[in-house]
Amino acid sequence: MVRFENVGLRYGMGTEVLKDISFSVEPQSFQFLTGPSGAGKTTLLRLILMSLKPTRGFISLFGQDASQLTKDDISAIRRRIGVVFQDFRLLDHLTTYENVALPLFVQGQEESTYRPQVVELLRWVGLGDHIHSYPPVLSGGEKQRAAIARALIVQPELLLADEPTGNVDPTLARRLLRLFMELNKSGTSVVIATHDLALMDQFEDARRFVLGDGRLHIYD
Amino acid sequence: MRVASCSAMDGCTSMTDASHREAPSAPTSDNRLKRSIQAFAQPRLTLIPADSTASRALVIVIAIMTFLATLTGGSAMLIYQASQNWNSAISREMTIQVKPQLGRDIEADVRKAADLARMPGFADVRIFSREESSRLLEPWLGAGLDLSELPVPRLIVLKIDPGGRPDLAALREQLSKQVPNAALDDHHIWLERLSTMSRALVVVAVIILLLVLLAMVLAVAFATRGAMAGSREIIDVLHFVGAPNRFIAAEFQRHFLKLGLRGGLIGGGFALVVFYLAGLLTAWWIASPEASQVEALFGRFALGALGYLTIIVLSAAIALLTAAMSRSVVLRRLRRMN
Ligand SMILES: Nc1ncnc2c1ncn2[C@@H]1O[C@H](COP(=O)(O)OP(=O)(O)O)[C@@H](O)[C@H]1O
Ligand SMILES: [Mg+2]
Repeated sequence: MVRFENVGLRYGMGTEVLKDISFSVEPQSFQFLTGPSGAGKTTLLRLILMSLKPTRGFISLFGQDASQLTKDDISAIRRRIGVVFQDFRLLDHLTTYENVALPLFVQGQEESTYRPQVVELLRWVGLGDHIHSYPPVLSGGEKQRAAIARALIVQPELLLADEPTGNVDPTLARRLLRLFMELNKSGTSVVIATHDLALMDQFEDARRFVLGDGRLHIYD
Repeated sequence: MRVASCSAMDGCTSMTDASHREAPSAPTSDNRLKRSIQAFAQPRLTLIPADSTASRALVIVIAIMTFLATLTGGSAMLIYQASQNWNSAISREMTIQVKPQLGRDIEADVRKAADLARMPGFADVRIFSREESSRLLEPWLGAGLDLSELPVPRLIVLKIDPGGRPDLAALREQLSKQVPNAALDDHHIWLERLSTMSRALVVVAVIILLLVLLAMVLAVAFATRGAMAGSREIIDVLHFVGAPNRFIAAEFQRHFLKLGLRGGLIGGGFALVVFYLAGLLTAWWIASPEASQVEALFGRFALGALGYLTIIVLSAAIALLTAAMSRSVVLRRLRRMN
Protein backbone atom coordinates (compact mmCIF):
# COMPACT_ATOMS: atom_id res chain seq x y z
CA MET A 1 0.00 0.00 0.00
CA VAL A 2 3.08 2.23 0.27
CA ARG A 3 5.91 1.94 -2.20
CA PHE A 4 9.11 4.01 -2.36
CA GLU A 5 11.53 3.77 -5.28
CA ASN A 6 14.92 5.47 -5.08
CA VAL A 7 13.50 8.28 -3.02
CA GLY A 8 15.86 11.03 -1.97
CA LEU A 9 15.17 14.03 0.21
CA ARG A 10 17.08 17.08 1.26
CA TYR A 11 15.86 19.98 3.36
CA GLY A 12 16.50 23.21 1.48
CA MET A 13 20.08 23.34 0.23
CA GLY A 14 21.44 20.86 2.79
CA THR A 15 22.82 17.40 2.15
CA GLU A 16 20.45 14.56 1.42
CA VAL A 17 18.87 13.29 4.63
CA LEU A 18 17.47 10.26 2.82
CA LYS A 19 19.22 8.63 -0.15
CA ASP A 20 17.88 6.05 -2.58
CA ILE A 21 15.22 4.73 -0.27
CA SER A 22 13.28 1.81 -1.72
CA PHE A 23 10.78 -0.30 0.18
CA SER A 24 7.16 -1.22 0.27
CA VAL A 25 4.64 -1.66 3.04
CA GLU A 26 2.29 -4.52 2.34
CA PRO A 27 -1.31 -4.71 3.53
CA GLN A 28 -1.58 -6.13 7.07
CA SER A 29 2.16 -5.93 7.63
CA PHE A 30 3.94 -4.77 10.76
CA GLN A 31 7.28 -2.99 10.70
CA PHE A 32 9.53 -1.12 13.02
CA LEU A 33 11.40 1.83 11.57
CA THR A 34 14.53 2.34 13.57
CA GLY A 35 17.85 4.11 13.56
CA PRO A 36 19.71 6.59 15.71
CA SER A 37 18.27 9.96 16.53
CA GLY A 38 18.54 12.24 13.50
CA ALA A 39 18.67 9.30 11.07
CA GLY A 40 15.54 10.49 9.28
CA LYS A 41 12.73 8.40 10.76
CA THR A 42 10.39 11.33 11.20
CA THR A 43 11.31 12.59 7.75
CA LEU A 44 10.42 9.23 6.19
CA LEU A 45 7.04 9.19 7.94
CA ARG A 46 6.36 12.72 6.72
CA LEU A 47 7.06 11.59 3.18
CA ILE A 48 4.47 8.83 3.54
CA LEU A 49 2.03 11.39 4.92
CA MET A 50 2.74 13.72 1.99
CA SER A 51 3.57 16.59 4.26
CA LEU A 52 6.93 16.60 2.47
CA LYS A 53 7.64 16.15 -1.22
CA PRO A 54 10.60 13.98 -2.16
CA THR A 55 13.40 15.76 -4.01
CA ARG A 56 13.72 12.70 -6.25
CA GLY A 57 12.34 9.23 -6.68
CA PHE A 58 8.87 7.76 -6.89
CA ILE A 59 6.28 7.25 -4.16
CA SER A 60 3.00 5.47 -4.53
CA LEU A 61 0.27 5.39 -1.92
CA PHE A 62 -2.69 3.01 -2.03
CA GLY A 63 -1.81 2.37 -5.65
CA GLN A 64 -1.72 6.03 -6.64
CA ASP A 65 1.28 8.02 -7.82
CA ALA A 66 1.82 10.51 -4.99
CA SER A 67 3.11 13.23 -7.32
CA GLN A 68 -0.16 13.21 -9.25
CA LEU A 69 -2.51 13.62 -6.31
CA THR A 70 -4.74 16.66 -5.93
CA LYS A 71 -5.32 18.24 -2.53
CA ASP A 72 -8.65 16.48 -2.24
CA ASP A 73 -7.03 13.15 -3.08
CA ILE A 74 -4.47 13.79 -0.36
CA SER A 75 -7.22 14.56 2.15
CA ALA A 76 -9.01 11.35 1.17
CA ILE A 77 -5.83 9.28 1.56
CA ARG A 78 -5.02 10.83 4.92
CA ARG A 79 -8.39 9.71 6.20
CA ARG A 80 -7.22 6.15 5.66
CA ILE A 81 -4.04 6.75 7.64
CA GLY A 82 -3.77 7.15 11.40
CA VAL A 83 -0.78 9.11 12.67
CA VAL A 84 0.76 9.43 16.10
CA PHE A 85 3.16 12.35 16.13
CA GLN A 86 6.28 12.45 18.23
CA ASP A 87 5.09 15.77 19.68
CA PHE A 88 1.44 14.57 19.89
CA ARG A 89 -0.08 17.63 18.21
CA LEU A 90 -3.15 17.70 20.37
CA LEU A 91 -5.23 20.87 20.18
CA ASP A 92 -4.99 22.62 23.52
CA HIS A 93 -8.40 24.27 23.37
CA LEU A 94 -10.24 21.00 22.85
CA THR A 95 -10.91 18.41 25.54
CA THR A 96 -9.30 15.00 25.35
CA TYR A 97 -12.61 13.64 24.12
CA GLU A 98 -12.88 16.27 21.39
CA ASN A 99 -9.28 15.73 20.32
CA VAL A 100 -9.83 12.01 19.91
CA ALA A 101 -13.15 12.53 18.13
CA LEU A 102 -11.64 15.11 15.76
CA PRO A 103 -11.03 12.78 12.77
CA LEU A 104 -14.63 11.56 12.92
CA PHE A 105 -15.89 15.10 13.30
CA VAL A 106 -13.87 16.13 10.25
CA GLN A 107 -15.46 13.28 8.32
CA GLY A 108 -18.83 14.80 9.11
CA GLN A 109 -20.07 12.04 11.39
CA GLU A 110 -22.79 12.80 13.91
CA GLU A 111 -21.61 13.11 17.48
CA SER A 112 -24.33 10.77 18.73
CA THR A 113 -23.03 7.98 16.48
CA TYR A 114 -19.41 8.09 17.58
CA ARG A 115 -19.62 9.21 21.18
CA PRO A 116 -19.77 5.68 22.71
CA GLN A 117 -16.79 4.51 20.65
CA VAL A 118 -14.68 7.47 21.61
CA VAL A 119 -15.49 7.15 25.30
CA GLU A 120 -14.80 3.42 25.20
CA LEU A 121 -11.45 3.89 23.51
CA LEU A 122 -10.47 6.61 25.97
CA ARG A 123 -11.32 4.31 28.88
CA TRP A 124 -9.32 1.59 27.28
CA VAL A 125 -6.16 3.67 26.93
CA GLY A 126 -6.62 4.68 30.57
CA LEU A 127 -7.94 8.18 30.01
CA GLY A 128 -11.43 7.50 31.35
CA ASP A 129 -10.92 10.04 34.09
CA HIS A 130 -9.60 12.68 31.71
CA ILE A 131 -12.33 12.75 29.09
CA HIS A 132 -13.11 16.39 29.79
CA SER A 133 -9.57 17.50 30.62
CA TYR A 134 -7.60 19.73 28.30
CA PRO A 135 -4.20 18.59 27.02
CA PRO A 136 -2.17 21.21 28.95
CA VAL A 137 -3.11 19.51 32.23
CA LEU A 138 -2.26 16.00 31.01
CA SER A 139 1.07 14.32 31.72
CA GLY A 140 3.37 13.36 28.84
CA GLY A 141 2.21 9.77 28.93
CA GLU A 142 -1.45 10.79 28.99
CA LYS A 143 -0.96 13.05 26.00
CA GLN A 144 0.74 10.20 24.22
CA ARG A 145 -2.22 7.93 24.84
CA ALA A 146 -4.65 10.58 23.69
CA ALA A 147 -2.62 10.99 20.50
CA ILE A 148 -2.67 7.23 19.94
CA ALA A 149 -6.41 7.09 20.55
CA ARG A 150 -6.92 9.83 17.96
CA ALA A 151 -4.96 7.78 15.42
CA LEU A 152 -6.89 4.60 16.16
CA ILE A 153 -10.40 5.99 16.29
CA VAL A 154 -10.87 5.89 12.50
CA GLN A 155 -9.67 2.26 12.25
CA PRO A 156 -7.06 3.28 9.72
CA GLU A 157 -5.77 1.00 6.99
CA LEU A 158 -2.28 2.26 7.77
CA LEU A 159 -1.00 3.39 11.14
CA LEU A 160 2.12 5.54 11.39
CA ALA A 161 3.48 6.08 14.87
CA ASP A 162 6.52 8.23 15.63
CA GLU A 163 8.15 7.13 18.91
CA PRO A 164 4.76 6.22 20.39
CA THR A 165 6.27 4.76 23.55
CA GLY A 166 8.77 7.52 24.17
CA ASN A 167 6.90 9.00 27.11
CA VAL A 168 5.35 6.02 28.82
CA ASP A 169 6.58 3.52 31.39
CA PRO A 170 7.60 0.04 30.19
CA THR A 171 4.35 -1.56 31.34
CA LEU A 172 2.19 0.83 29.39
CA ALA A 173 4.63 0.63 26.46
CA ARG A 174 4.07 -3.10 26.37
CA ARG A 175 0.31 -2.61 26.52
CA LEU A 176 0.38 -0.09 23.70
CA LEU A 177 2.53 -2.38 21.59
CA ARG A 178 0.01 -5.18 22.13
CA LEU A 179 -2.70 -2.80 21.03
CA PHE A 180 -0.80 -2.05 17.84
CA MET A 181 -0.27 -5.78 17.28
CA GLU A 182 -3.98 -6.51 17.72
CA LEU A 183 -4.81 -3.65 15.42
CA ASN A 184 -2.44 -5.22 12.90
CA LYS A 185 -4.17 -8.60 13.28
CA SER A 186 -7.50 -6.97 12.48
CA GLY A 187 -6.06 -5.77 9.17
CA THR A 188 -4.18 -2.52 9.68
CA SER A 189 -0.64 -2.10 8.39
CA VAL A 190 1.56 -0.64 11.09
CA VAL A 191 4.79 1.34 10.86
CA ILE A 192 6.31 2.26 14.21
CA ALA A 193 9.34 4.50 14.34
CA THR A 194 11.29 3.83 17.48
CA HIS A 195 14.78 3.50 18.84
CA ASP A 196 13.55 1.44 21.78
CA LEU A 197 15.33 -1.89 21.31
CA ALA A 198 13.52 -3.51 24.23
CA LEU A 199 10.21 -2.70 22.59
CA MET A 200 11.23 -4.25 19.28
CA ASP A 201 12.40 -7.38 21.02
CA GLN A 202 8.85 -7.99 22.16
CA PHE A 203 7.74 -8.53 18.60
CA GLU A 204 10.45 -10.58 16.97
CA ASP A 205 8.43 -11.34 13.85
CA ALA A 206 8.06 -7.75 12.80
CA ARG A 207 10.05 -6.45 9.88
CA ARG A 208 12.74 -3.96 10.71
CA PHE A 209 13.61 -0.98 8.58
CA VAL A 210 16.89 0.40 9.80
CA LEU A 211 17.99 3.87 8.75
CA GLY A 212 21.65 4.78 8.82
CA ASP A 213 23.65 7.35 6.89
CA GLY A 214 20.52 8.22 4.97
CA ARG A 215 20.11 4.69 3.63
CA LEU A 216 17.56 2.05 4.49
CA HIS A 217 18.34 -1.56 5.37
CA ILE A 218 15.51 -4.00 5.62
CA TYR A 219 15.53 -7.07 7.89
CA ASP A 220 12.60 -9.38 7.32
CA MET B 1 -13.64 1.83 16.63
CA ARG B 2 -14.40 -1.82 16.52
CA VAL B 3 -11.27 -2.81 18.38
CA ALA B 4 -11.40 -6.54 18.01
CA SER B 5 -8.19 -6.28 19.95
CA CYS B 6 -10.19 -5.29 22.94
CA SER B 7 -11.27 -8.86 23.60
CA ALA B 8 -7.64 -9.86 23.71
CA MET B 9 -6.86 -7.02 26.03
CA ASP B 10 -7.65 -6.58 29.67
CA GLY B 11 -11.33 -7.35 29.57
CA CYS B 12 -12.29 -4.54 27.33
CA THR B 13 -15.85 -4.75 26.07
CA SER B 14 -16.48 -4.78 22.37
CA MET B 15 -17.28 -1.39 20.97
CA THR B 16 -19.52 -2.62 18.24
CA ASP B 17 -22.33 -2.93 20.76
CA ALA B 18 -22.73 0.78 20.81
CA SER B 19 -23.35 1.04 17.10
CA HIS B 20 -25.91 -1.76 17.24
CA ARG B 21 -27.82 0.03 19.91
CA GLU B 22 -28.15 2.98 17.58
CA ALA B 23 -31.35 1.84 15.88
CA PRO B 24 -31.63 3.82 12.66
CA SER B 25 -35.12 5.29 12.77
CA ALA B 26 -36.86 6.26 9.56
CA PRO B 27 -36.00 9.85 8.72
CA THR B 28 -39.46 11.33 8.99
CA SER B 29 -39.58 15.06 8.49
CA ASP B 30 -40.59 15.44 12.13
CA ASN B 31 -37.53 13.50 13.13
CA ARG B 32 -35.30 15.52 10.87
CA LEU B 33 -36.65 18.76 12.24
CA LYS B 34 -36.04 17.55 15.79
CA ARG B 35 -32.53 16.56 14.87
CA SER B 36 -31.69 19.85 13.22
CA ILE B 37 -33.07 21.71 16.23
CA GLN B 38 -30.92 19.55 18.48
CA ALA B 39 -27.91 20.15 16.29
CA PHE B 40 -28.56 23.86 16.49
CA ALA B 41 -29.09 23.88 20.23
CA GLN B 42 -26.09 21.71 20.95
CA PRO B 43 -22.83 23.55 21.38
CA ARG B 44 -20.89 22.47 18.34
CA LEU B 45 -17.21 21.72 18.44
CA THR B 46 -15.48 25.04 17.80
CA LEU B 47 -12.18 24.38 16.13
CA ILE B 48 -11.14 28.03 15.97
CA PRO B 49 -11.07 29.39 19.51
CA ALA B 50 -13.54 32.28 19.66
CA ASP B 51 -12.40 34.20 22.69
CA SER B 52 -9.01 35.56 21.78
CA THR B 53 -7.99 39.18 22.16
CA ALA B 54 -7.83 39.50 18.40
CA SER B 55 -11.41 38.23 18.06
CA ARG B 56 -12.67 40.73 20.61
CA ALA B 57 -10.82 43.55 18.88
CA LEU B 58 -12.37 42.56 15.56
CA VAL B 59 -15.85 42.47 17.09
CA ILE B 60 -15.32 46.06 18.27
CA VAL B 61 -14.07 47.14 14.83
CA ILE B 62 -17.05 45.50 13.12
CA ALA B 63 -19.42 47.07 15.67
CA ILE B 64 -18.03 50.54 15.01
CA MET B 65 -18.08 50.04 11.25
CA THR B 66 -21.65 48.73 11.37
CA PHE B 67 -22.67 51.68 13.51
CA LEU B 68 -21.14 54.15 11.06
CA ALA B 69 -22.54 52.36 8.04
CA THR B 70 -26.06 52.13 9.39
CA LEU B 71 -25.93 55.68 10.72
CA THR B 72 -24.94 56.91 7.27
CA GLY B 73 -27.53 54.73 5.57
CA GLY B 74 -30.27 55.84 7.95
CA SER B 75 -29.36 59.50 7.56
CA ALA B 76 -29.45 59.19 3.79
CA MET B 77 -32.91 57.70 4.07
CA LEU B 78 -34.05 60.53 6.34
CA ILE B 79 -32.75 63.15 3.94
CA TYR B 80 -34.40 61.42 1.03
CA GLN B 81 -37.67 61.04 2.96
CA ALA B 82 -37.74 64.70 3.98
CA SER B 83 -36.94 65.91 0.50
CA GLN B 84 -39.64 63.68 -0.96
CA ASN B 85 -42.21 64.97 1.52
CA TRP B 86 -41.27 68.51 0.90
CA ASN B 87 -41.12 67.97 -2.80
CA SER B 88 -44.58 66.56 -3.10
CA ALA B 89 -46.06 69.12 -0.72
CA ILE B 90 -44.50 71.97 -2.61
CA SER B 91 -45.19 70.73 -6.09
CA ARG B 92 -48.85 70.27 -5.29
CA GLU B 93 -49.14 73.92 -4.43
CA MET B 94 -48.50 77.27 -5.94
CA THR B 95 -48.93 80.71 -4.49
CA ILE B 96 -49.90 84.07 -5.79
CA GLN B 97 -48.38 86.83 -3.74
CA VAL B 98 -50.11 90.19 -3.82
CA LYS B 99 -48.03 93.10 -2.59
CA PRO B 100 -49.79 96.11 -1.15
CA GLN B 101 -49.31 99.18 -3.27
CA LEU B 102 -50.16 102.72 -2.50
CA GLY B 103 -53.31 103.84 -4.16
CA ARG B 104 -54.61 100.33 -4.80
CA ASP B 105 -57.24 98.45 -2.86
CA ILE B 106 -55.46 95.31 -1.78
CA GLU B 107 -58.65 93.44 -0.92
CA ALA B 108 -59.96 94.04 -4.42
CA ASP B 109 -56.63 93.01 -5.95
CA VAL B 110 -56.61 89.80 -3.96
CA ARG B 111 -60.16 88.96 -4.98
CA LYS B 112 -59.38 89.73 -8.61
CA ALA B 113 -56.27 87.57 -8.65
CA ALA B 114 -58.19 84.72 -7.03
CA ASP B 115 -60.91 84.99 -9.65
CA LEU B 116 -58.33 84.82 -12.42
CA ALA B 117 -56.88 81.70 -10.84
CA ARG B 118 -60.21 79.88 -10.78
CA MET B 119 -59.45 78.04 -13.97
CA PRO B 120 -59.22 74.38 -15.03
CA GLY B 121 -56.27 72.55 -13.46
CA PHE B 122 -56.59 74.03 -10.01
CA ALA B 123 -58.57 72.09 -7.46
CA ASP B 124 -58.73 74.76 -4.86
CA VAL B 125 -58.04 78.48 -4.62
CA ARG B 126 -57.79 79.79 -1.09
CA ILE B 127 -57.22 83.34 0.00
CA PHE B 128 -55.18 83.72 3.14
CA SER B 129 -56.99 86.29 5.26
CA ARG B 130 -55.16 89.20 6.74
CA GLU B 131 -54.98 87.39 10.10
CA GLU B 132 -53.63 84.22 8.55
CA SER B 133 -50.99 86.12 6.63
CA SER B 134 -49.95 87.87 9.81
CA ARG B 135 -49.73 84.58 11.63
CA LEU B 136 -47.33 83.27 9.01
CA LEU B 137 -45.01 86.08 9.95
CA GLU B 138 -45.28 85.44 13.67
CA PRO B 139 -42.30 83.12 13.92
CA TRP B 140 -40.13 85.83 12.44
CA LEU B 141 -41.64 88.93 13.98
CA GLY B 142 -42.98 87.54 17.24
CA ALA B 143 -46.54 87.26 18.47
CA GLY B 144 -48.57 90.08 19.87
CA LEU B 145 -47.36 92.57 17.36
CA ASP B 146 -50.12 94.56 15.74
CA LEU B 147 -49.60 94.14 12.05
CA SER B 148 -52.69 95.95 10.92
CA GLU B 149 -50.66 99.03 10.06
CA LEU B 150 -47.89 97.14 8.29
CA PRO B 151 -48.08 96.53 4.58
CA VAL B 152 -48.20 92.75 4.80
CA PRO B 153 -48.23 90.94 1.45
CA ARG B 154 -51.19 88.64 0.97
CA LEU B 155 -51.13 85.11 -0.24
CA ILE B 156 -53.45 83.06 -2.38
CA VAL B 157 -52.73 79.36 -2.24
CA LEU B 158 -53.58 77.34 -5.33
CA LYS B 159 -53.94 73.56 -5.00
CA ILE B 160 -53.22 71.77 -8.23
CA ASP B 161 -55.66 69.13 -9.40
CA PRO B 162 -53.97 65.73 -9.28
CA GLY B 163 -53.21 65.18 -12.95
CA GLY B 164 -54.30 68.68 -13.87
CA ARG B 165 -52.08 70.97 -15.95
CA PRO B 166 -53.12 74.55 -15.40
CA ASP B 167 -52.12 77.00 -18.10
CA LEU B 168 -49.59 78.96 -16.10
CA ALA B 169 -48.45 81.20 -18.96
CA ALA B 170 -52.00 82.43 -19.49
CA LEU B 171 -52.46 83.01 -15.78
CA ARG B 172 -49.22 85.02 -15.58
CA GLU B 173 -50.23 87.12 -18.55
CA GLN B 174 -53.66 87.88 -17.12
CA LEU B 175 -52.17 88.72 -13.75
CA SER B 176 -49.62 91.14 -15.17
CA LYS B 177 -52.35 92.86 -17.16
CA GLN B 178 -55.01 93.11 -14.48
CA VAL B 179 -53.18 92.90 -11.16
CA PRO B 180 -49.59 94.02 -11.82
CA ASN B 181 -48.68 93.89 -8.13
CA ALA B 182 -49.39 90.14 -8.02
CA ALA B 183 -46.78 87.48 -8.74
CA LEU B 184 -47.22 83.79 -9.38
CA ASP B 185 -44.70 81.59 -7.68
CA ASP B 186 -44.63 77.95 -8.85
CA HIS B 187 -41.70 77.08 -6.51
CA HIS B 188 -39.75 75.46 -9.33
CA ILE B 189 -36.48 77.09 -8.32
CA TRP B 190 -36.93 75.76 -4.81
CA LEU B 191 -37.80 72.36 -6.10
CA GLU B 192 -34.74 72.16 -8.30
CA ARG B 193 -32.43 73.30 -5.56
CA LEU B 194 -33.98 70.94 -3.12
CA SER B 195 -33.68 67.90 -5.32
CA THR B 196 -30.10 68.75 -6.32
CA MET B 197 -29.13 69.18 -2.72
CA SER B 198 -30.80 66.06 -1.46
CA ARG B 199 -29.42 64.02 -4.33
CA ALA B 200 -25.92 65.30 -3.54
CA LEU B 201 -26.34 64.42 0.11
CA VAL B 202 -27.53 60.93 -0.73
CA VAL B 203 -24.57 60.41 -3.07
CA VAL B 204 -22.18 61.56 -0.34
CA ALA B 205 -23.84 59.19 2.11
CA VAL B 206 -23.53 56.27 -0.27
CA ILE B 207 -19.84 57.04 -0.86
CA ILE B 208 -19.23 57.17 2.89
CA LEU B 209 -21.11 53.89 3.26
CA LEU B 210 -18.97 52.22 0.60
CA LEU B 211 -15.76 53.54 2.15
CA VAL B 212 -16.80 52.24 5.56
CA LEU B 213 -17.59 48.84 4.06
CA LEU B 214 -14.26 48.79 2.24
CA ALA B 215 -12.38 49.62 5.43
CA MET B 216 -14.27 46.87 7.21
CA VAL B 217 -13.55 44.30 4.54
CA LEU B 218 -9.85 45.15 4.75
CA ALA B 219 -9.92 44.89 8.52
CA VAL B 220 -11.58 41.49 8.24
CA ALA B 221 -9.04 40.32 5.68
CA PHE B 222 -6.16 41.25 7.96
CA ALA B 223 -7.87 39.73 10.95
CA THR B 224 -8.39 36.52 8.99
CA ARG B 225 -4.71 36.36 8.12
CA GLY B 226 -3.86 36.94 11.75
CA ALA B 227 -6.26 34.25 12.86
CA MET B 228 -4.79 31.83 10.33
CA ALA B 229 -1.27 32.53 11.48
CA GLY B 230 -2.40 32.00 15.06
CA SER B 231 -4.16 28.79 14.09
CA ARG B 232 -1.32 27.28 12.11
CA GLU B 233 -1.11 24.36 14.52
CA ILE B 234 -4.83 23.71 14.23
CA ILE B 235 -4.74 23.88 10.45
CA ASP B 236 -1.83 21.41 10.36
CA VAL B 237 -3.64 18.91 12.56
CA LEU B 238 -6.82 19.28 10.53
CA HIS B 239 -4.85 18.61 7.36
CA PHE B 240 -3.28 15.52 8.89
CA VAL B 241 -6.60 14.03 9.91
CA GLY B 242 -7.76 14.50 6.34
CA ALA B 243 -9.79 17.70 6.46
CA PRO B 244 -10.12 19.20 2.98
CA ASN B 245 -9.45 22.91 2.55
CA ARG B 246 -13.13 23.72 2.18
CA PHE B 247 -13.79 22.16 5.59
CA ILE B 248 -11.14 24.37 7.15
CA ALA B 249 -12.43 27.40 5.26
CA ALA B 250 -15.94 26.62 6.50
CA GLU B 251 -14.65 26.52 10.08
CA PHE B 252 -13.07 29.93 9.68
CA GLN B 253 -16.20 31.20 7.99
CA ARG B 254 -18.30 30.01 10.90
CA HIS B 255 -15.89 31.66 13.32
CA PHE B 256 -15.98 34.99 11.49
CA LEU B 257 -19.72 34.83 10.94
CA LYS B 258 -20.06 34.58 14.70
CA LEU B 259 -17.81 37.61 15.19
CA GLY B 260 -19.59 39.48 12.40
CA LEU B 261 -23.00 38.78 13.90
CA ARG B 262 -21.80 39.87 17.31
CA GLY B 263 -20.30 43.10 15.92
CA GLY B 264 -23.31 43.71 13.68
CA LEU B 265 -25.69 43.22 16.57
CA ILE B 266 -23.81 45.70 18.75
CA GLY B 267 -23.27 48.32 16.02
CA GLY B 268 -26.69 47.97 14.43
CA GLY B 269 -28.34 47.89 17.85
CA PHE B 270 -26.65 51.14 18.81
CA ALA B 271 -27.74 52.74 15.54
CA LEU B 272 -31.34 51.64 16.12
CA VAL B 273 -31.27 53.14 19.62
CA VAL B 274 -29.74 56.38 18.32
CA PHE B 275 -32.39 56.81 15.63
CA TYR B 276 -35.15 55.93 18.03
CA LEU B 277 -33.94 58.43 20.63
CA ALA B 278 -33.41 61.10 17.97
CA GLY B 279 -36.97 60.52 16.82
CA LEU B 280 -38.30 60.86 20.37
CA LEU B 281 -36.19 63.93 21.02
CA THR B 282 -37.30 65.79 17.91
CA ALA B 283 -40.94 64.80 18.49
CA TRP B 284 -40.69 66.30 21.94
CA TRP B 285 -38.91 69.37 20.64
CA ILE B 286 -41.27 69.83 17.73
CA ALA B 287 -44.15 69.97 20.18
CA SER B 288 -42.94 73.48 21.00
CA PRO B 289 -44.32 76.20 18.69
CA GLU B 290 -40.90 77.59 17.73
CA ALA B 291 -40.04 74.33 16.09
CA SER B 292 -43.06 74.03 13.85
CA GLN B 293 -41.20 75.80 11.06
CA VAL B 294 -38.34 73.33 11.34
CA GLU B 295 -40.79 70.49 11.14
CA ALA B 296 -42.33 72.06 8.07
CA LEU B 297 -38.88 72.16 6.51
CA PHE B 298 -37.44 68.82 7.50
CA GLY B 299 -40.40 66.71 8.40
CA ARG B 300 -40.25 64.61 11.53
CA PHE B 301 -36.76 63.35 12.25
CA ALA B 302 -38.13 59.87 12.54
CA LEU B 303 -37.07 56.80 10.64
CA GLY B 304 -39.98 54.75 9.40
CA ALA B 305 -40.34 50.99 9.67
CA LEU B 306 -38.53 50.71 6.35
CA GLY B 307 -35.60 52.63 7.78
CA TYR B 308 -35.34 50.37 10.81
CA LEU B 309 -35.61 47.34 8.57
CA THR B 310 -32.81 48.75 6.41
CA ILE B 311 -30.56 49.06 9.45
CA ILE B 312 -31.25 45.47 10.47
CA VAL B 313 -30.69 44.16 6.95
CA LEU B 314 -27.50 46.22 6.60
CA SER B 315 -26.14 44.84 9.88
CA ALA B 316 -26.91 41.27 8.84
CA ALA B 317 -25.35 41.91 5.44
CA ILE B 318 -22.18 43.13 7.15
CA ALA B 319 -22.02 39.91 9.18
CA LEU B 320 -22.43 37.84 6.02
CA LEU B 321 -19.85 39.97 4.22
CA THR B 322 -17.42 39.31 7.08
CA ALA B 323 -17.95 35.57 6.79
CA ALA B 324 -17.66 35.51 3.00
CA MET B 325 -14.54 37.66 3.06
CA SER B 326 -12.77 35.45 5.59
CA ARG B 327 -13.74 32.35 3.66
CA SER B 328 -12.20 33.64 0.46
CA VAL B 329 -9.04 34.78 2.25
CA VAL B 330 -8.68 31.39 3.95
CA LEU B 331 -9.23 29.43 0.75
CA ARG B 332 -6.75 31.57 -1.14
CA ARG B 333 -4.10 31.19 1.53
CA LEU B 334 -4.69 27.47 2.03
CA ARG B 335 -4.28 26.94 -1.68
CA ARG B 336 -0.91 28.64 -1.50
CA MET B 337 0.13 26.67 1.58
CA ASN B 338 2.32 23.52 1.35
N1 LIG C 1 12.39 20.96 8.87
C1 LIG C 1 13.69 20.63 8.79
N2 LIG C 1 14.55 21.46 8.19
C2 LIG C 1 15.85 21.15 8.08
N3 LIG C 1 16.38 20.02 8.53
C3 LIG C 1 15.58 19.13 9.14
C4 LIG C 1 14.20 19.38 9.30
N4 LIG C 1 13.63 18.34 9.94
C5 LIG C 1 14.65 17.45 10.15
N5 LIG C 1 15.80 17.92 9.67
C6 LIG C 1 17.10 17.21 9.71
O1 LIG C 1 16.92 15.98 9.06
C7 LIG C 1 17.61 14.95 9.76
C8 LIG C 1 16.65 13.83 10.11
O2 LIG C 1 15.73 14.30 11.08
P1 LIG C 1 14.54 13.42 11.62
O3 LIG C 1 13.81 12.87 10.44
O4 LIG C 1 13.75 14.24 12.56
O5 LIG C 1 15.29 12.27 12.37
P2 LIG C 1 14.72 11.24 13.46
O6 LIG C 1 13.24 11.36 13.49
O7 LIG C 1 15.20 9.91 12.98
O8 LIG C 1 15.35 11.59 14.74
C9 LIG C 1 18.23 15.60 10.97
O9 LIG C 1 19.58 15.85 10.68
C10 LIG C 1 17.48 16.89 11.13
O10 LIG C 1 18.35 17.88 11.63
MG1 LIG D 1 11.98 11.89 14.97
